[in-house]
Amino acid sequence: MFERLVQEAPQFFGYHNLVFIGQAMGRTLWMTLIGCGVGFVCGLFIAIIRQTQTRILMPVRLLVIVYVEFFRRIPFLVILFIVLFAIEPLIPGTSLLGIATVSVCLLSTAFLSEVIRSGLESVPRQQIEGAATLNFSFIQMMSMVILPQSWRVILPPAAAFIVMFIKDTSLASQLGVIELTFAGKMLVNRGFSPILGFGAILLCYFMLSYPLSRFAAYLEKRLESS
Amino acid sequence: MEYTFQFAAVFRELPYLLGGAALTLGIAFTSFWGGAVIGVLGAVAKVNGKRVARRIASAYVVFFTNTPALVQIFLLYYALPDVGILLDPLVAVVVGLTLNSGAYLTEILRAGVISVRRSEIEAATALNMSRFQILLYVILPHIAKTIYAPLSNFFVWLVLGSSLAALFGVEELTGRAINISTENLRSIETFLVVAVIYALLTLIASATLALVGRWAFRVDAKVL
Amino acid sequence: MSHLEIRNVSSVYGKQRVLQDVSLSADKGEVVSLIGPSGSGKSTLLRVLIGLTPPIDGEIHIAGERVDYSSRRHLRRLRNRMAIVFQQYNLFQNMSVLRNVAIAPIKIKKRPRREAEEHARSLLKKVGMEDKQDAYPDQLSGGQQQRVAIARALATNPELLLLDEVTSALDPERVNEVLDTIRLLRSEGITMLIVSHEMAFVREVSTKVAMMDSGRIVEIGTPDQIFAAPRENRTREFVSKILSHPK
Repeated sequence: MFERLVQEAPQFFGYHNLVFIGQAMGRTLWMTLIGCGVGFVCGLFIAIIRQTQTRILMPVRLLVIVYVEFFRRIPFLVILFIVLFAIEPLIPGTSLLGIATVSVCLLSTAFLSEVIRSGLESVPRQQIEGAATLNFSFIQMMSMVILPQSWRVILPPAAAFIVMFIKDTSLASQLGVIELTFAGKMLVNRGFSPILGFGAILLCYFMLSYPLSRFAAYLEKRLESS
Repeated sequence: MEYTFQFAAVFRELPYLLGGAALTLGIAFTSFWGGAVIGVLGAVAKVNGKRVARRIASAYVVFFTNTPALVQIFLLYYALPDVGILLDPLVAVVVGLTLNSGAYLTEILRAGVISVRRSEIEAATALNMSRFQILLYVILPHIAKTIYAPLSNFFVWLVLGSSLAALFGVEELTGRAINISTENLRSIETFLVVAVIYALLTLIASATLALVGRWAFRVDAKVL
Repeated sequence: MSHLEIRNVSSVYGKQRVLQDVSLSADKGEVVSLIGPSGSGKSTLLRVLIGLTPPIDGEIHIAGERVDYSSRRHLRRLRNRMAIVFQQYNLFQNMSVLRNVAIAPIKIKKRPRREAEEHARSLLKKVGMEDKQDAYPDQLSGGQQQRVAIARALATNPELLLLDEVTSALDPERVNEVLDTIRLLRSEGITMLIVSHEMAFVREVSTKVAMMDSGRIVEIGTPDQIFAAPRENRTREFVSKILSHPK
């Protein structure tokens, strides 16, 4: 087995393979960044809607609760299939990466909205009452009192979520998106040893994920103590 | 663009799908308890172990929590035959998920162990409790309380994560959904129904766990 | 009609009635103190007045105008004329002392920033906190935070100030600095409603004292009458207990 690895290694780590893996890593990173970026914005929006009290927004609140609860309770693989089969007839010719990106955003919005919501709710009730008696409007209270106080509760679990998320994108390989996992499969199909192929891919994921998970741990320590 | 949903073809297969759901739960349970054994060992090693044990446990956790389970299982499934070990797909998936759970549960349990406050143990000692009594009445309840919520979240994650078994041809819930949809060509309907089954499955799991938590550990867990 | 008129107000918390048929009035410049055991509804009454807990029955009039607590517009107007200081200060943790005091005039009343900050500084001076204007709440002692909270409440020039057990969370040696601030306000003629357990202080500053128990007002009188010659048994019991065991 060892001989095989040693024998294949020079060819495996050749220029073309490295570029190929690099591009795949780029797609993994793209899905993660777009997913978390969109997820954070939409998640924030959803979390804020859930904090409102007005009766007019009641149906909207109900809708987002159902959305969040549902998408947190189905496997990412199933989301991928649903989006695939829903988008194809609606917008024919959508790229596979596009479909995967939409799925990723749906998932991250649901999870990040919960992270943000618990951050918003961590701000003591008294701060809200204080703002209310000073005649703050809902938006003023959110932007001047609640959000500035909740980011330190939101950031550590959000970073931890992104770490989970990088790994979840590996399922997009099933659609045929050439991200890291699919690249690994292709390399192994081309005849490289699975240990080499998947080992290299694991290493790539590790390089993406490890610094971020250290950062998440650092944030948690740093923000909790103060 | 017109599309009429037709769920009848899917509902006909409901018993078949529910059979898959049973396997899904089976995979999740097995990996959870397997992981719990590893997790206890890992947490003890990380909190009380010698330097070497601590290092090994840390490396294990860091590796498994920073790489995707899917690729780990690919490696298990395709690389082990090179050294003469042929794994059944289901076994490969369960082994892979168990190793993953072990890593996450190590972290969850460790957080529980270090959350026990010295002052409480001192108070118990001052009340003349024996070491066993302290463990039973002070330490374990405290750990149970801290780890309860992350533990039940993790179990839900595991139920959802077990769907990757479908990619290895295991006929659990997602696997059977793929089988059906290639036959009846009602893909959207099939996967929507399966999504609802997953949502119900995890809702029931969370609610049960929350009830158990309330009853056994007096954890203030939200049932829904 | 009095400046503040409370007529037959009731309120509930969950299913429990926490205020029952409460009536009370205060003229301009009066200092009315609410005393009574904890859980008797004193703080709830203040929360009802400022619109944090809705009343289920009764009427509240301010300067002859009935307040409709279900109307946002009324609530806004009400909170422009009335301010509250809480037991736990409730300063905004993410803002400096000066910002805490100036934020409502700048953002809510749309005063020019410079003018509002000038006013805020003069209020901080009044409560003896002018040298801490750039500090953050978590760098201050409880007494200091409470004085800032009083300055914040005064920043919108309220006609009516509600003080909810403002010294209860303080170290004993910090109590006086806050009480001094309140004495100063009294001399300026601002109408105040005070919930307090500092009986000597209540007796000194109040023009009127109301004894509460189980959500009802048991007795209203001048401080001297309530403390020296209470008419009701419940008041006598409470006053003698608290005077013989000063905390």
